[in-house]
Amino acid sequence: MIWLSLIVLVPLAAVVAKSTDGGLSAFWNVVTSPLAISTLKLSIGASLLVALVNGILGTLVAWVLVRDEFRGKRVINSLIDLPFALPTIVAGVVLLALYGPNSPVGINVAFTKAAVVVALLFVTLPFVVRSVQPVLYELDQEMEEAAASLGARPFHIFRRIILPSLRASILSGAALSFARAVGEFGSIVIISGNLPFKTQVASVFVFEQIESDNTGGAAAVSVVLLLISLAILFVLRLGARRAD
Amino acid sequence: MRTDRVSRVSLRVVALGYLALLLFVPVGVVFWRTFEHGVAPVWDAITTPAAQHAFQLTLEVTLIAVPLNAIFGVLIAMSLVRGTFRGKGLVDALIDLPFAVSPVVIGLSLILVYGTNGWIGSWLADHGIQVIFNLPGLVLATIFVSLPFVAREVMPVLREIGTDQEEAASTLGASGWQSFWRITLPAIRIGLAYGIVLSVARAIGEFGAVSVVSGNLAGKTQTLTLLVEQRFQNFDVAGAYAASALLAVIALATLVTLTLIKPRSDAA
Repeated sequence: MIWLSLIVLVPLAAVVAKSTDGGLSAFWNVVTSPLAISTLKLSIGASLLVALVNGILGTLVAWVLVRDEFRGKRVINSLIDLPFALPTIVAGVVLLALYGPNSPVGINVAFTKAAVVVALLFVTLPFVVRSVQPVLYELDQEMEEAAASLGARPFHIFRRIILPSLRASILSGAALSFARAVGEFGSIVIISGNLPFKTQVASVFVFEQIESDNTGGAAAVSVVLLLISLAILFVLRLGARRAD
Repeated sequence: MRTDRVSRVSLRVVALGYLALLLFVPVGVVFWRTFEHGVAPVWDAITTPAAQHAFQLTLEVTLIAVPLNAIFGVLIAMSLVRGTFRGKGLVDALIDLPFAVSPVVIGLSLILVYGTNGWIGSWLADHGIQVIFNLPGLVLATIFVSLPFVAREVMPVLREIGTDQEEAASTLGASGWQSFWRITLPAIRIGLAYGIVLSVARAIGEFGAVSVVSGNLAGKTQTLTLLVEQRFQNFDVAGAYAASALLAVIALATLVTLTLIKPRSDAA
């Protein structure tokens, strides 16, 4: 436990302490400065969008990987985890290679908000897929067959029978993607260009404050990010307890 | 059921198309760009003195951080599963913090404690120990970000195996150490291996936290991921691709290792 405290808890406490060094008003001033607000807005907005897209397309991918049969499925299934295994800076390089200035397909999203979203989609891809997949495997297909034999349309079956069983796992996967996306740094730093008020996200803002020796300002925005992380951990825990 | 088949295939096309656009094609393009001009320039780019040093440093950090994580991860898992103490639920929840907290915030938190003006750092500096912008800082950051892996992989296994065998061993007179070594460890070995592989991958690939605490001095505190970034900033795109491809190969090797461990755990 001392190990945990020395490495994790004490440093995080130091961030909180530092953020209120100049009193609460100083903290508030930093967090509500126009630049900080714009970076937080972008981080939270892009992360919400990413969580939503992941919730839909992640579920779809999980569905195809569980219920469909095709050649190469096993390979694709193990490659889903690649975004977790790949260093985030390499993720940035990889996306810039296809969607950057020298794109072989002529799509250039570098230095736009779209670039931020694409990077976040990449690094959070596995969350929903991996949380939905095991539930889909366990799901009893008899209910679906019964519904189909009673004349229910596929969409109807999906909405009434499959979706309710998947809801908890989709939500927890989406919440994890959101948590990860809000603090993401490595994959964004190269592709977004970090233009203030345009493509600068909160974690990059924190980084630049540290670089310019304004640790107080960095700590203030960090605390906001920290609170978001804690809130999501808390909600996930409540959800897990309710599921038990 | 023609419509059934049509919808099945179209779902497959959408899912695989999405994966291709987001994941497979971009990764493929990096490899293609890397080896566009043959293997020789790539080899040159990953064997420059700076690259060799970055590789060594990354290896060093990993070799220090991962064993520590493995040992403390097992300890944490044991005390959370077997032990009873106040605030256990809280600790259990806090274990996941390193996954949820932004790497930049992790870096900042370490600077505030271990930096030269930090809580512990100023005392350490008086005794001639520099943590931040130095190897210990890189190790600390790496331990922080990969802390939960081993504990999270081992905990479910510990729950699963229960305490029957350990109790039997202790009634037969085995010491706590013996029963851990002979019974618990063999039972958790696959979960432990899984956690270690994940930690290694994360340790090699960590960028955000490391970039805050390293100062990124080439030939001194520059790890592989920092090398990628620096080359990119210096418009040495080919060099950045080469180093990225190397890291991507390591990532792929990790996935292969994980799938090799997995089926054995199903069989066991």
